[in-house]
Order: sequence, then structure tokens, then C-alpha cells
Amino acid sequence: MAEIQDINALADRIPDGAHLALPPEYSFVPMQLVRCLIRRQARELRILCVPLGGLAVDMLIGAGCVAEIEAAAVSLGENGLAPRFTDAVLSHRVSMKDSTCPALHTALQAAEKGVPFMPLGGIIGSDIAANRPDWRIVDDPMGQGNGRILLIPAIRPDFAILHSPLADRNGNVWIGRRRELVTMAHAAKQTLVTVESFTDTDLLADEKTAAGTLPALYVTALAEAVGGARPLALTGCYERDDGAIAAYAQVARTDAGFADYLARTVGAHAPEAAE
Amino acid sequence: MTCKPEEFQISVLAGLLNQPHINHVAVGAASPIPGAAALLAQQLGGGRLDVTIIHGNANNAFTDGGRELFDCAGQGRIDAFFLGGVQIDGQANINLVGTGTYPDLERRFPGSFGSAYMYFTVPHVILFRPEHSRRVFVEKVDFISAPGISPPDVHRPGGPKSLMTELCLMAFDGARGRFRLVSVHPGHSLEEILDNTGFSFDIPDSVPETQAPSEAVLVQLRSVIAPEIAKTYPGFASRVFAITPEIREFEENVR
Repeated sequence: MAEIQDINALADRIPDGAHLALPPEYSFVPMQLVRCLIRRQARELRILCVPLGGLAVDMLIGAGCVAEIEAAAVSLGENGLAPRFTDAVLSHRVSMKDSTCPALHTALQAAEKGVPFMPLGGIIGSDIAANRPDWRIVDDPMGQGNGRILLIPAIRPDFAILHSPLADRNGNVWIGRRRELVTMAHAAKQTLVTVESFTDTDLLADEKTAAGTLPALYVTALAEAVGGARPLALTGCYERDDGAIAAYAQVARTDAGFADYLARTVGAHAPEAAE
Repeated sequence: MTCKPEEFQISVLAGLLNQPHINHVAVGAASPIPGAAALLAQQLGGGRLDVTIIHGNANNAFTDGGRELFDCAGQGRIDAFFLGGVQIDGQANINLVGTGTYPDLERRFPGSFGSAYMYFTVPHVILFRPEHSRRVFVEKVDFISAPGISPPDVHRPGGPKSLMTELCLMAFDGARGRFRLVSVHPGHSLEEILDNTGFSFDIPDSVPETQAPSEAVLVQLRSVIAPEIAKTYPGFASRVFAITPEIREFEENVR
């Protein structure tokens, strides 16, 4: 049975060194939970972007929480490069495993099926594959004349985290058409969810809502977090705060500007300032 | 009627999509000009063209999460797609990762996104990179996010067909692994293109001027397409078409 608790208790479930899957910027990002992780000075996290990273990843990197990132790309979308990510990768302060979107989806699909790897078309000849010793290129084992094919190992993250508009008291979580959240939850060992609100109505009781629901079966614990995706968008609830993200893109270019941003918006100290 | 460079590029890209075998065009991340071009081509074609703009719910019929774009392409249901590059070389290899010797990069960019897959699966990939300089169009890319051509033992129904820049339009011949100049945009010259291209390409005896959009097309772009692309790219729309959040809110209330 999924447990409903305080958001800080939810964040405390994620230990240092955890392998953490994060949704892409346009899709249910648990920003408030990320801010809790920064406040409690989480360290050595391994972040799996499904498949793209943005503001959440950039803040976690800047706050010194991250050892490794795997992503198809990390940026602030219309607001340009992710400044803390760019700086940390160029100076080798975090390890970046470059991937490509369908490889990340495929790795999680393999995990949700409980198989050790899955094949994926394309990609052969890309330097992405050349720099991934964990990937394998084999001759088509079925002999159907398709030539060589890439095998992607399953990824089973310790945690998937997400923020949704709504969950019911049983821990069933509304995800609408963002099915990558279901794949993430199936693949992860545990899924932690924050929500705008809880409803007394069972989301699985009506076929219309059941089709867009992540069942509590896959959910470990939940917490309420009003405005929990801000300043990013949450479908049907609020828009992306472009001004706030543009301002972040500007100030986070420098260590001092980022430290000041963290102090103001998270109430946390950047790693340098804390020591 | 004068038009902005973005409007010119949108209309030329829309023209590239107006082909009988292109029935479904998808537009990926961070692509406001290709997105507007796809919507314009749909409008000019009387709605015949299916358009999928991923990221957000506007003009996006996908319901199976982030993987559906790639599954759909793998099934052969996407006929055209746009890709760009920090660097693009003469064999149409594209680099979206960074410059320098990977992983010791000098400059880092966001990453390869889905390019390494879409380039293989979508038959008509249009490369779009406005900046036409030797910094972008290099002899050999520093990192191959996605290769322009593949050996025969790699299954590859897709690949690059066109390259559109601020100076010109080129076509790519996959069999020869070379670009060919198709047309030069008004106000620019072959010399300018040669000066700013770091790879060699074929030049036909006579090179026409790229056709500028008609007044009727510009009217459609500004009145119909601008508010539509603003749903996905509000920053771009307000910069190019002066669609402010206030106008968007007003229009949504009127609807």
C-alpha cells in the first residue's frame, strides 16, 4: 500500500548515491521535491533523464548533488543552454553518459519487461554508440537480412520521481497521456510522487480516468506539494513561468549568481558557500 | 511586402514539405521555424499534411508518451523530420554534442536528442541550420551525433535530403555522399556561399534564386500560423510575429 507522507519525509527516502529517473521538462517534473533534495544536501546522485534534462537537473548539478548524468540532451529549452550542466561537464565535475532519446526509452522498456536488453534500430555509426562500452552491436541473430543491430541493456533506476496534478487516497496517480511516466515507474525499483491534491474518488473506478492512471501498485509513497512543478508547467494546472526560467538562465551563468539564486529560491547554500 | 529572415526560411521549408509522398511531418525539440513551416505547409495544402509537434499538447496527437515519436518513425509512419547541428560536414554527418575532442570538449551543447535514430528511420530529413559559416559547415564534424550515410549492412530507410541555411538551399545525394547547391537566397551570392562553407559541394552550371514567399503566403503565415506556433513556442512567436502573452490570452478567451 502506497504511503502518504510529508514531502521532506519523501525526499529523505532517497539516499546519497541513488540512481534517480527524472521526467523531461514538459512533463510532470517534481521541482519541489528536487528543492527538498538540494536543501538536505543530497550527494553523489546518478540522474537518468527520460530522455531530456532541464532546470531540475541543472539545479541539482549546481548544488553539488550529482555525480553522473545520463541523457539524450540537457538544456533549458527556449531559454538556451543549461549553464550549470555545461560548466560541470566541460570541467569534468560530473560524468556525462551521452545517449539518444529512443535508447533511453528502450532501456526502460527492457526493464519493464524484465529482459536484460532490447534491440534498437539506427544509431550504428554514431559516436554516441562508439563511446558507450555498455552497448553492443551484433549481427541480426534472426538472420532476416537487416544487417547489424544495436543492443541496449535494461536500466533499472532505484527511484522514479514525478509530480502529478492528482492522486486518490489509495495512491493511484493521474498521468494523462504522459505514458513515459508509466514506463519509468514500471522500470524503477521505487516510485515517489508529489501531487497538487488528493481526491476521495477512486481513479480506477471510472474507465475514463483509469486509462490515464498509474496504479498504486507501482507507487511507494506520495506527498502533497501545491505548485510542486513550478516554475515549470503542469498540464491542466499552470503554465511554464518563462520569465523565471529566463532569469535563471541569466544568473546561473556564474557561480555567485547561482549561489544567490539557490539562497533566494531554495533557501539552500551552494556547495562552495556551505563549506 | 518585406519579410523577416525567419519568415523567408519558414516559407521555403514549407515548400520542401509540399511533395506527394510526404503525408506526415513531425517536428522535434527546440524547432520553432520548422514547426511553423510544417503548420504553414499543412495550411497551404488544405489540411492534407498531418503535423505532429512534440513537446506540449498543441498540434500533438500522440498519446503513448515520449517513445511514440520514435516508434511511429520506426513503423515508417513519419515521412519528414527536421534536424540541425552545431556542426554539419560534407557527408551530412551532424554534431549536436560539442566541439573539441570528445569527451574533452571545448564547447558543450545540449546533446544528440533523438537524431541518431530519426536520421535512419525518416525518409525525408531536412537539415536546417540558419548560421552559414565555416564554424558550422566543416570538413569533418568533431562528434558524429548521427551519420549522414551508412554502409550497406546497416538497415537504413531514412536519411538527409535537403539542407537549408540563411544563404542557400542544398540537396544531398546519399549514393554519392555529397551536397549539391540548389538555389541561392535573394541578396546572396555563390561566392559568399563558397567563402562560408568548409566542405566541397557540387555546383550546377546555372543556379537559380530561391523563391521568396508571396504576399498571400505571408498573410497566412502572420494571421493563421503565428498564433498556432505561439502555443508551442511563445518566446519565438512574440519575437518574430509580436504575439504577446496578452494577445494569446485574448485569443484564447475569444475562442
